[in-house]
Amino acid sequence: MTISEIPIDALPADTLAADTALDAWRGFPRGPWTERIDLRDFIQRTFTPYAGDAAFLRGATPRTTAVWNRVSALFPAERERGVLDVDASTPSTITSHAPGYIDEANEIIVGLQTDAPLKRAIMPFGGWRLVANALETYGYEVPADLEKIFTTYRKTHNDGVFDVYPPAVKRARHSHLITGLPDAYGRGRIIGDYRRVALYGVDRLIEAKREERARLDELTSSEHVIRDREENAEQIRALRELIAMAASYGFDVSRPAANAREAVQWLYFAYLGAVKEQNGAAMSFGRNTAFLDAYIERDVAEGFLDETEAQELIDDLVIKLRIVRFLRTPEYDALFSGDPTWVTETIGGIGEDGRPLVTRTAFRFLQTLYNLGPAPEPNLTVLWSDALPEGFKTFCARVSIDTSAIQYESDALIRDSWGDDAAIACCVSPMRVGKQMQFFGARVNIAKALLYAVNGGRDELTGELVVPGREPLAGDVLDYDTVWPAYLELLEWLAGVYIDALNCIHVMHDKYAYERLEMALHDGEVLRTMACGIAGLSVVVDSLSALRYARVTAVRDDRGLVVDYAVEGDFPTFGNDDDRADDIAVEVVERFMAMLRTHPTYRDAVHTQSVLTITSNVVYGKTTGNTPDGRRAGAPFAPGANPMNGRDTHGMLTSALSVAKLPYESAQDGISLTTTVVPTGLGHTPEERAHNLVGLLDAYTGAGGYHLNVNVLTRETLEDAMAHPENYPQLTIRVSGYAVNFVRLTPEQQRDVISRTFHGSV
Amino acid sequence: MTTRTRIPVGLGREPARSPELEARRTGDAGIVHSWELVTAVDGPGTRMTLFLSGCPLRCQYCQNPDTWHMRDGTHTTLDTIVERVARYRSVFAATGGGLTISGGEPLMQPTFVERIFAACRAMGVHTALDTSGNLGARASDALLDDTDLVLLDVKSGLAETYWQVTTRELAPTVAFGDRLSARGNRIWVRFVLVPGLTDGFDNVEAVAEIVSRWPTVERVEVLPFHQMGSSKWERLGVPYTLADTRPPDDALVERVRGQFRSRGLTVW
Repeated sequence: MTISEIPIDALPADTLAADTALDAWRGFPRGPWTERIDLRDFIQRTFTPYAGDAAFLRGATPRTTAVWNRVSALFPAERERGVLDVDASTPSTITSHAPGYIDEANEIIVGLQTDAPLKRAIMPFGGWRLVANALETYGYEVPADLEKIFTTYRKTHNDGVFDVYPPAVKRARHSHLITGLPDAYGRGRIIGDYRRVALYGVDRLIEAKREERARLDELTSSEHVIRDREENAEQIRALRELIAMAASYGFDVSRPAANAREAVQWLYFAYLGAVKEQNGAAMSFGRNTAFLDAYIERDVAEGFLDETEAQELIDDLVIKLRIVRFLRTPEYDALFSGDPTWVTETIGGIGEDGRPLVTRTAFRFLQTLYNLGPAPEPNLTVLWSDALPEGFKTFCARVSIDTSAIQYESDALIRDSWGDDAAIACCVSPMRVGKQMQFFGARVNIAKALLYAVNGGRDELTGELVVPGREPLAGDVLDYDTVWPAYLELLEWLAGVYIDALNCIHVMHDKYAYERLEMALHDGEVLRTMACGIAGLSVVVDSLSALRYARVTAVRDDRGLVVDYAVEGDFPTFGNDDDRADDIAVEVVERFMAMLRTHPTYRDAVHTQSVLTITSNVVYGKTTGNTPDGRRAGAPFAPGANPMNGRDTHGMLTSALSVAKLPYESAQDGISLTTTVVPTGLGHTPEERAHNLVGLLDAYTGAGGYHLNVNVLTRETLEDAMAHPENYPQLTIRVSGYAVNFVRLTPEQQRDVISRTFHGSV
Repeated sequence: MTTRTRIPVGLGREPARSPELEARRTGDAGIVHSWELVTAVDGPGTRMTLFLSGCPLRCQYCQNPDTWHMRDGTHTTLDTIVERVARYRSVFAATGGGLTISGGEPLMQPTFVERIFAACRAMGVHTALDTSGNLGARASDALLDDTDLVLLDVKSGLAETYWQVTTRELAPTVAFGDRLSARGNRIWVRFVLVPGLTDGFDNVEAVAEIVSRWPTVERVEVLPFHQMGSSKWERLGVPYTLADTRPPDDALVERVRGQFRSRGLTVW
C-alpha cells in the first residue's frame, strides 16, 4: 500500500489518537488492553475492590435534585396521555435530532434521544404498521411521505418476516401457541460494549473495525462473507455518526475519555447512539461500575473529584437512563407493562481470580435509588454470591427492603458459563459484553401445548386445527402414561416450528433492522445464542402431577373438544420442595431444551432457553383454556418460573428451592422467580431484616437458584396505590425480570400482582 | 370446646393401626400438622418450623385451631422429618437458622421431639422448642439438653386471666420456666397482646414479674394480636370469641413493651 492509497481522513486521526491515548490512559497499568480492544483486561488490571460499607456515600446535591425535579415534573402528563410528545416526522437515527437538554446550564452529563426530554422518536425499520398505529393511538397525524417511503420504497423487518413465514408458524402464532415474537418490533437484548468508546475513543474502534474488514476481504466472497462485509461497513458508518452526534453536543468522542466526567459522558453517548437507532425490546446498558470506578478513583487521587461530585456524575447519568423512551402501542404495553426499556445495569459479582468486582461505584449506582427515589429504570441487577463483601451485601439488602428496585442473579452460574465480564440483557439473559449477543425469541406457551396434546392439535378455545396429523386422546379418564407421550410429540412439533419462526425473524432483522452501532461495539466475531423461552411451566407441572397422582376426567363439549378437567384426589404441586412435582418441572425443561437443540439455527446460534414471562403471564393465561391442574380458563399463569399462586404452602424459601432445582444447563437464558414479602416477615428491626434477607439470598443462590426479584411491600400499600395512584408516583415493584412503576400497570395486572402469594412470613 | 361432631373411629381398624401406635410410643413417628420454612418469626435466621398436632390449651386467640387435635394430623416417621431437616442444613448455615418444633403443643409428643432434636444435635442443627410450657413436666432432661432455645409462650401473668385465655392453669408454665432457667436453657419469652383480653396493666406486670426472675431470658417478644387466623376458626366451625377484636394500636404495644423494658428486659 502506498501512501496515496490510505484514506485521507485516517492519517491525522490515527496520529492524534496515539498522543491523546497516552494522556487519557495516564496512571492505568498497561497490558494487553493497550494493544487490542480488551475491556476485561483493562478492568482486571485497574479496578479497586471496595470491601467497606455504605457510610462514604453522599446524598443528592441541590443541583441534582433540581435537574431531577425538572424532568420528573413531566411524568404525570406523560402518564396521563401515554406519551408526552412525539416527533412524528423524523425517523430516528444516531444523528437525526438536534441536541436536547433537561436544563442545559445545570446538567453534568448531556444528551437526549430527541431535542426535548421525553419526546419520543419514530423508528420505522422494525415495522411501519407499529409506528402508524402508535401515532394514530396518541393522536398524531401519520406523515404521508413517510408512509409512502416505508410501504412503497423501503421494506421493513416486519414485511420481511411475513414474506417468509411458513403456514405452520403463522398458525402457531395466530393461536397464541408461540407468542410475543419480535417480528413487528425491535428484538433488542443486544448490549453494545459502550465502555469501548470511553476507553479507546471512536477512532481507535474504527481502526479495529478496518482490521476486521481487511481479514474479511481476504476471504472468497461467499454469501456469509458478503453479509459480514456489509455489516462491517454499516458498523463503521454508525461509529462515524456517533462522532458527529457527540460533536453536536460539543464533545469529541473520536479520542478516548481523559477523566471521569468524560468517561461517563462518552459511555452515555455510546448508549444514546444505540437508543436513537434501535427501539429494541430491551436496551440494556452493560456492566459499567468497575470500569467507571477506575476513572473516578484516578480523578479522586489526582484531586479533581470528591465524593459528592462523583455521586453527582452517577446521579446525572442515571437521570438520563431513567428517561429513555420508545414509541410503542398500547397492545405492546399490555404485554410488557409499564413502558419498560430494560436499561439493565449489572453490578457486583466475583472475578475469576476470586476478587469481588465490587467498587465504590457499585454502591454509588444503588445510592441513586435514595438520591432520586425508587424507579424501575435503570434495571439494577446485582450478581449475587455469598463471597461478596459483607458491607455490600448488607447495603443491597437494605436498598431492596427500602425500594424493592433491585433484582438478583446467581454470580456463580453466570460466571461459570460466561466469564466475569458478562452482563444481563433485559431481565435474566446473560452475555459476555461485546463478545456475545442473542437472537431474542420470546416464548412458547407450553401449557396450551399440553391442551393441544389432549385435543389432537386443536385449539381448546376455537376448535381450530393448529397441529395437523394427530389424534385426540380418547377415553374419559386421562392417565399420565397416555398424556405424557402425546405431550412430548406435540412439543417435538412445537420446537421445530418455533426455531423455524426464529430463524425467519432473525434473518430479516439482520437484513432490515440491523443494530449497526450496538454491533460496532462488539468484536467482529461474536457468539450468538438463539434465546428460546417457555411460559406456563408451573401450570404444566401441576397439570401433569394431577394426571399422575390424582384422577383426572376429561369434560368434552358438543364438538368433542376437551374443554375442562374434573380432578379427584390430592396431587403434589410445584413450589413445595416436593420432588414428585419438582422432578416433572426438571424433566419438562430438559426435554424441551433437548428438542430445541436438534433444529439448526441461523448463523449457527447456540440454543438457549429461558423460563421467563415478564408480565405477559396475564396475557398468556387469558388465551389459554381450563387446565388439568384446576386453573380456570383465562386465569393468569404464574410469572416466569414461579409456582402457581397459593399452591406453594411451605413458605417463600421452600417455593424458591423448588425453582432452584431447574437445571441452568437447560435454561441458560435464565430462570426467573419473583417474590413479595411483607417487611415484618423479614424481622423486627431494619438491621435484622437486612441480615435475614442476606441469608435468604445466600441460601437460594447456594441451592442453585438463578434469579430472584424481591419485593418488600405490604398488600395494603398496593391496594392504596391502586385507589390513589397520585400518591405513589415512584412506587416501584419487581415483576418478572424487571421493575415497573406500579401505578403504570393496567388494573388487571395490578390485581394479578396483589393476588399473588404475599409471603407474610418468609 | 369444639362443636364439630366427632367421627367415631371404628374399633375394627384398631389392630391395623397398632404398628403406628407403637412407632409413636417409641418416637419413631409422630403426628404432624405441617411444616414450612420461615424467617424471623420462630427463632433466629431461617427456620424449618414443624407444627405437631395436638394441644391441651384452647386459647381464645389461637391462630392454628386446626392443630388442636391429634386426629387431624398426619402420621409421619422420624426418618421423614430428619431427612427434610438434613436437606436444609445449608439453608440453616447460610442464615443462622435451624429447626423449630411448634404446634399444637410439641410436648404432647415429647418422645418424638426428643428423638428429632437428638438427630439435629448429631447433625449440628440449631433447635428451638416453641411451647406454652403447660406440659413442661413431660420434657426430659435429655430433650432439654438437645434444645438450644426455648420459645416460651407466657400467655398471661394472672392465674385467672391465664385460665380465661387458655382454659388451663398458669402454674405449670411458671414451673417450667423456673426449671429451664435453673438448668441454663436459653429462653425467648413470647407474649401475645390481645386488646381486652391480655392487655390489662396488672396482667402484663405479672408476666413481666415472672419473666424477670428467669436469668436465661434473652428477649421478650410482644406479639400484637392479628386476625389472620380467624378464617380457620370459621372453616372449622368453632365459635370464635375475638371476631370483633382489633389489633392493638401502637400506643398500647409501646406501653406493654415499656412494662417489660422497665425490668431491664430486652424487648422486641
